[in-house]
Amino acid sequence: MSDPGDEVDELPAGGSSTRPAADPRPGVPGVPGASGGDAEGVRSAAGRPGGAGGSVVATEVAASASRLQRLAADRAGRRARRRQRRARRMTALTALAAAVTVLPLVSILLFLVVRGLAALGPTLAPTGSAVTPAAGTAAGFGGAVAGSLVLLAIACGLGLPVGLGAGLWLAERRGRRRAALVRYLADVLLGVPSIVFGIVAWQLLVRPVGHFSAWAGGVALAAMIVPLVARTADDVLAQVPTALTEAALALGYPRWRTALGVVLRAALPGVVTGALVAVARVAGETAPLLFTAFGNQFWSVHPGRPIAALPLRIYTSALSGSPAQRAQGYAGALVLVAGVAVFGLVARRATRDRLTPATRLGAGPLTRPPDERHGGVPLA
Amino acid sequence: MSARRSGADRVYDGALALCAACVPVLLAVVAWELARGGWPAFARFGAGFLTRDAWDPVRQSFAVAPALVGTLVTALLALALATPLALGVAVYSAELAPPRVRTALVLAVDLLAAVPGVVYGLWGLHVLVPALRAHVMPALRDDLGLGRTPFFAGPLYGPSILAAALVLAVMIVPFIAAVAREVLRAVPAAQREAAFALGATRWEAAVQVVVPYAASGIFGGVMLGLGRALGETIAVALVVGGAHGFSASLLAPGYTLAALVANEFGEASDDLHLSALMAAAAALFAVTLVVNAVARWLVGRVGREADA
Amino acid sequence: MLRARSAPLLLLGAAGVLGCEGRPGRGPGGDSPPGDAATDDRSAPRIDVTGAGATFPYPVYSRWISEYLARTGVRINYQSIGSGGGIRQLVEGTVDFGATDVPMTARELRSGGGRGVLHVPMVLGAVAVTYHLPGLGAPLRLSPDVLADLFLGRIARWDDPRLTALNPGVRLPAADVLVVHRADGSGTTYILTDYLATVSADWAAGPGRGKDVRWPTGVGGQGNEGVAGTVKQTPGSIGYVETTYARQNRLPVAELRNRAGRFVPPTPESVTAAAAAVTATLPDSSDYRVSLVDAPGATSYPVASFTWLLLDRAPRDTVKARAVAEFARWALRDGAGAARELGYVPLPAPVAARVDARLAGYPAPPAAR
Repeated sequence: MSDPGDEVDELPAGGSSTRPAADPRPGVPGVPGASGGDAEGVRSAAGRPGGAGGSVVATEVAASASRLQRLAADRAGRRARRRQRRARRMTALTALAAAVTVLPLVSILLFLVVRGLAALGPTLAPTGSAVTPAAGTAAGFGGAVAGSLVLLAIACGLGLPVGLGAGLWLAERRGRRRAALVRYLADVLLGVPSIVFGIVAWQLLVRPVGHFSAWAGGVALAAMIVPLVARTADDVLAQVPTALTEAALALGYPRWRTALGVVLRAALPGVVTGALVAVARVAGETAPLLFTAFGNQFWSVHPGRPIAALPLRIYTSALSGSPAQRAQGYAGALVLVAGVAVFGLVARRATRDRLTPATRLGAGPLTRPPDERHGGVPLA
Repeated sequence: MSARRSGADRVYDGALALCAACVPVLLAVVAWELARGGWPAFARFGAGFLTRDAWDPVRQSFAVAPALVGTLVTALLALALATPLALGVAVYSAELAPPRVRTALVLAVDLLAAVPGVVYGLWGLHVLVPALRAHVMPALRDDLGLGRTPFFAGPLYGPSILAAALVLAVMIVPFIAAVAREVLRAVPAAQREAAFALGATRWEAAVQVVVPYAASGIFGGVMLGLGRALGETIAVALVVGGAHGFSASLLAPGYTLAALVANEFGEASDDLHLSALMAAAAALFAVTLVVNAVARWLVGRVGREADA
Repeated sequence: MLRARSAPLLLLGAAGVLGCEGRPGRGPGGDSPPGDAATDDRSAPRIDVTGAGATFPYPVYSRWISEYLARTGVRINYQSIGSGGGIRQLVEGTVDFGATDVPMTARELRSGGGRGVLHVPMVLGAVAVTYHLPGLGAPLRLSPDVLADLFLGRIARWDDPRLTALNPGVRLPAADVLVVHRADGSGTTYILTDYLATVSADWAAGPGRGKDVRWPTGVGGQGNEGVAGTVKQTPGSIGYVETTYARQNRLPVAELRNRAGRFVPPTPESVTAAAAAVTATLPDSSDYRVSLVDAPGATSYPVASFTWLLLDRAPRDTVKARAVAEFARWALRDGAGAARELGYVPLPAPVAARVDARLAGYPAPPAAR
């Protein structure tokens, strides 16, 4: 394979090939044309609102591009080699970051397995009508799993559509002040501790009615899902290039169909990730359920009654006095983590293959640098 | 385009507006309930509630300054630790990693996000805290000599502000990383290709083209992480040490507002205590408002778009 | 495209169907709305009762509940959300009974709408002082003032003369005393601080007695498990847990000097002795909202307590109230064996008899209240 330094010698000297199409969508930086040492220029060009954008941006790009070409035309390839070395170093550094991130995961999984695997059998046993886990006796978490499913169904049924709708609304209004306000409020909502949602739900949905219920718990969880999904969907939907939207509209699609059938579809993996993150978060929440769903020692999936939940059981079991029950708590935690992970895998798989290469964003076979392609010859 | 605005479009617009309206409505409901519940405590203690150090349920005297400081310190420290790590993971998995490694990494990050808060707390209590006490804290305080500063002085209990910040950091990394990865992947291929066409290495394309393009999305991910760090209850409650009172040392036990509410709400049965807890939650709410506003303003100064 | 979005709707639909199906193993048909047990038109109306409160008695209550279910079919859903939570939910009317390790204060009784709450002692509990001093060779012995000063932070080292004076012949290390207390509010904390406030004027003037107090020193753990875990990992630490927990997990416990001057470990006998000694001095009409700490008697353990069931004197649903009372009577009569098995201490017989008589007349008809 040829030295990358040689390859760059053949770049054309002019700047014309690098002029980007000015992106009319306000605030979106569609600016390639990086150069080795000119990060500043690119960032400021990237950040400038594109309202009168085209010409200003193009000038900056041309300047950066010519700088890059000067660098690239270095005959000895020394700078190019240094850049390659730096690229390798930084790749190694980020790989290290990835490894450091994965380390706690391994530790946590080991922790759960060591403490809970032995109790997994009796824990998974579905129960009869009574679950009462007296100290030392094995009692299944079946009721807790079913209860969690009911709670999640309510929470997702309420929270996901609302969050997605809010995310779509926000993404359509990038740069507008009302949307900026709503975005800010959503971020604030994200910082509200989960127990507060439980307390508020208790005030509004339990106290007036006189009894606990799965509805109250589900609503508290839904309130946590909404800002999470709204913000992640907003972030990802905003990345969809306007070209897609405009093409669909030009073909006569009504706006609602464009949004749901084209934009959402293009950004689906990201939206699904956001939804999964939200579901994973609320699936493991204990505090909002303490005074709403309350918990139930008996099998019950009636949404109008107190209902068991897996995180509640994990919490009370893992902190209880009986070693056997503690082991069950950890086993229950294993079940929860595995369940959420499997659900995530399934959801990703179900939404993965919908995209054709044209609409798939960023992850196609065309996105490798030239020096990595077979023989240095670009594919079609 | 108004001629083409069909009835379906109107329904669609209306539905979206309704959904978006839920956000301020939810917030207003929460704020109202907190204000209503916390009012007796605020009326009794005034602004001193936020500035004094006096949490004594027996004497019926309540003030949350140490917990407030603890909240800010743990959240910001966690964010400072987690953000570079999460960005590194995101850039690596979105741009630099070979495909097999990428899938494994995505799975790993998803798994981390799937771990419930209570498990993070238990792991922190049984694994992280002993490791901290046995190895890291003595190293920080004695071997590195940081014990001479007030920030690393004092006896080594284990449960501490530092432990809480570390556990929080581990918890929020998957949040930030997942969102950052998705927005990085959503950057159109054309941007990358243009960079490669100009001879950029993968790293340069990632850092100088893709990341700036996705900057507002990444900022959104960081805000998500900040929100979680400010509001996490159970995990922090298990490892922060539950100590009232100020201490400058990161190695000393402390408190956060969320942990305080979680710990005492179940048992509180007299009205003033309950009201003080609601007021503490309201204080946290105010902190979140301010921190988010400050973050946006700071980022706005660096030249991002107005509503990043 | 819509598959991912329709999944939650499908789940919701499935949940709805499941909810209508009734439970496996029980009769057909759906759930009757709460509070309607009396109007249930099946031949044997099933009674569902909800209760909430203290964590300490949770294991024994849940054992009793499952045995009682097998006997009578009455379903009692008890969740341990904490004594304070139990009191609040009872006052709000969202549960049928509460449970607490801490008797309600006069202020709490007043704020309950003046209806009055019946306190029913069910079992005895005690607080054990645990510590981490490897190689001690014998249980640590503590006197009341030394205990208070340890938790106040006034005794900072284990080789303090006051400690060595109490523990001759035992090797106490030259190490710092690290206090571990409960971070979460708890009846266990109340019992210990009740004792400390009773025996130490400094403690009474300082932190005082309460489910949550302002600890002058030390680190907080979450639940008994949190305290025990921290103590186990921290050499030189001292903390407190419920005796049942200490016994189940084989923790070292200290012997405390009682009012009669003897050093007593927390055993079922010493706890029973404490309860017997205190209740012997009470009138027959006592409502047993009494503290058992610092009990007289040579063999009494000084940090013992009742744990109570709380019943609304003017319940909204008399059928359910009656059901709870019957359950409590059965537990007091026939549940002692299960309690002992789990490490709990049943009430002394005279107390149990008096409480049973009181329950027989509950709920009192409106005119008699």
